[in-house]
Amino acid sequence: MLRLTLGLVTVFAFSVIIFSTFSFLPGDFATEILGQSATKSAVKALRAELGLDKPPVTRYFDWLGNVFQGDFGSSFSGRSKVQGDQGDRSREVVGLIIPRLKNTLFLTGVAAMLAIPLSLILGISAALYRNSYYDRSATGVSLVTVSSPEFFTAYIFILLLATLFPVFPTIATVDEDTTLVERFYRTALPVFTLTLITMGHMMRMTRSAIINILSSEYIEMAKLSGSSRYEVIVKHALPNAWAPISQVIAINLAYMLIGSVVVEYVFNYQGIGRLMVGSVYNRDLPVVQACALIFASTYVILNLIADLIGIISNPRLLYPK
Amino acid sequence: MTSNKSKELLLEMKNIHIDGFSDERWHKILKGVDLTLYRGEILGLIGESGAGKSTMGKAAMGYTQPGCKIINGEVNFNGIDLAKLTEFEKRKIWGTKISYVAQSAAASFNPAHRLMDQTISASNRLKINPTDVLKKDAVQLYESLQLPDAENIGDRYPHQVSGGQLQRIMTAMAMSPRPELIIFDEPTTALDVTTQVEVLSAMRSIVDKFNTAAIYITHDLAVVAQMADRIKVLRYGEEVEEAETRDMLSNPKEEYTKSLWSVRSLIKPEETNQDYILSIKNIDAAYGSSKVLYDVSIDIPKGKTVAIVGESGSGKSTTARVITGLLPQSSGEIIFDGKKLSPKLEQRSKEELRKIQIIFQMPDTAMNPRQTVDEIIGRPIEFYQGIKGKERESKVIELLKMIELDETFLDRLPSELSGGQKQRICIARALAANPDLIICDEVTSALDQIVQEGILKLLQKLQKDLGVTYIFITHDIATVKAISDEIVVMYQGEVVEQGLKSKILNPPHPEYTELLLSSVPEMDPDWLTNLLNKRSS
Repeated sequence: MLRLTLGLVTVFAFSVIIFSTFSFLPGDFATEILGQSATKSAVKALRAELGLDKPPVTRYFDWLGNVFQGDFGSSFSGRSKVQGDQGDRSREVVGLIIPRLKNTLFLTGVAAMLAIPLSLILGISAALYRNSYYDRSATGVSLVTVSSPEFFTAYIFILLLATLFPVFPTIATVDEDTTLVERFYRTALPVFTLTLITMGHMMRMTRSAIINILSSEYIEMAKLSGSSRYEVIVKHALPNAWAPISQVIAINLAYMLIGSVVVEYVFNYQGIGRLMVGSVYNRDLPVVQACALIFASTYVILNLIADLIGIISNPRLLYPK
Repeated sequence: MTSNKSKELLLEMKNIHIDGFSDERWHKILKGVDLTLYRGEILGLIGESGAGKSTMGKAAMGYTQPGCKIINGEVNFNGIDLAKLTEFEKRKIWGTKISYVAQSAAASFNPAHRLMDQTISASNRLKINPTDVLKKDAVQLYESLQLPDAENIGDRYPHQVSGGQLQRIMTAMAMSPRPELIIFDEPTTALDVTTQVEVLSAMRSIVDKFNTAAIYITHDLAVVAQMADRIKVLRYGEEVEEAETRDMLSNPKEEYTKSLWSVRSLIKPEETNQDYILSIKNIDAAYGSSKVLYDVSIDIPKGKTVAIVGESGSGKSTTARVITGLLPQSSGEIIFDGKKLSPKLEQRSKEELRKIQIIFQMPDTAMNPRQTVDEIIGRPIEFYQGIKGKERESKVIELLKMIELDETFLDRLPSELSGGQKQRICIARALAANPDLIICDEVTSALDQIVQEGILKLLQKLQKDLGVTYIFITHDIATVKAISDEIVVMYQGEVVEQGLKSKILNPPHPEYTELLLSSVPEMDPDWLTNLLNKRSS
């Protein structure tokens, strides 16, 4: 319960930071959209219409109040340049974000489903055959993948699997009509990239969590009571390793989501990351704020889930004395 | 306990050599030790830390710890050489034919599983009896080990039961598959004396009941005397001597064996006076909301040694924390040298801080591993007395001489010292402040018997030379007899009694003191039997 409240407080603090950061950014949407030559009165009028002339604190609470009702405001861009024009194409932020968010969740979801089991299996087996050639090469390779930036990994994949051996497409453009199979096929490269950049970290942490536990006395005891290697790992070590492992998975899922900003850009994928980058270009504050808030809350929610798993998997916390 | 058991050979270990890898090289841990064990017999394996007794016990299963390997030797168990078996074949014997009871039950149970599941896991692997039969049997074992609520205690997790209970459950776990041999590796070392008696008697009766052979490893000769038919003494990986328990106790052949109970022969004539250097009056103290000290009053005579005894949780270390100001009391007062001490550490003057020093139980963790001996001892000299440079160095060397070391130790790091040397450095560090009162918190508990004796003698000598007062916190009655003038007995945060050593140690006793004193094992193989008879009558 305390954790839950703390989580809420964190999201709230984030919202303040997000909002204030963007209000301190130089330039504003009005001058951006009207151009250098705009008259002062035109700029002023547009600012008034967008509510940019109000003091930041008022604007913040207006925004926050609306956010609670699920209304992230309207996007700045897409509106007509001339006042009173009937062809106002400005869109609700929510309507803009939801399909993009779905795409991103699809991408990271597939990547997570690939990365989590793989890294768990690799990490556990590396711990089991510690200091073998297998372990050394696995940890070595994972170090390389962790340290290479996502765009680099992405380009390597493009080079290998799209240019030299054209198996997958380089552009991962999808829309609502794309079939599921087609989606898997088109998103293959970004999924691989996200998988690879997060797997190394998760694998290494799983390995070290297991190794840490393998040196405890109850593991020696388990061995001396005749448990096989498999039993030692799965029955004795793993239940005690869930807490640290779930922590690192949570961090990596969040990292995946953030990492998708770059990856989506490289592969031209219609996800929330690309949307955010585009909106920053256009000084489209409501969209940027909404995206940032979504990213922040994902972090908090994922960590909350990890904490919860930590509590459930630990009888000491679940059944106090 | 009788030696006329059938002489059917169960285990024969021949010429065991084991090497261990540490500090980048291989060391010899065992140098050709033999061991024979007959069915239903209990063999005691004793020695100091580093003697190789634990390694020997594990080798009896054909097991070595990671980083160790069997170089040479045979481990014939029922005619099969365990040293030659594969891991897979050994696993069929481990836990079912030979089982193991570890020193720290709290650390040796998996915190994630219920006790019952762990108790029967090895027997379950045998697939002879169905799970519910095994569970019923486990409950019976719990009952015969006198565990409370035997019916349901197995449903709990390890953190929900006490250390003494865990140790008994581990014995039940070892007994569940009805092994032919049980290795007890220091099973009562981590327990209080009062708990130790219960666990010892439970273990002995159950081993007797099923006529199981056992190897009992410990450093405490008095404990092993209660359990073993025969005793083997190890030192530096070699056998010192082996004899039937009664022969060994009445007539040890080797000098080394005699020295194993040397602390028990150390005696100090008691003296006291009415000139109190420290008086604590009606102290109450609490950690957060849980109260741990209730109305504690103790007087410490100047230049004497007061031992505070009690089991874990009795509040003896908390009392030390209150005196040093680490834990401010919630009520009551501390009078030191005629003046009232403020409860909080920050409000005490440097001079007041200097006069009270403390030495901790674990010298390993009490010293900064990256500081040399010179820095460790030199700092309090500089801090409290403002002495620097050459004069400081000569002071450090003087202190080193006082603790019977010399200037070659100046540049050493704690990791380059033995356990006893480390504790000596800690003593020198306390002396460097030139204190009036030193609180010794279980300073000898982590050390071997012989090293303990050296430290205790040193402390006595320093008291004679410097007139320093000691508060000696311990749970070990032998140590108390060796060093104290007065004794304070504490139980559950209260003072049971305080008085001269002769008064406390001789009857009549308050009920708790009686229980505590009678629980201290004696060098008499019949001690436990007699005690249990006396208590049950």
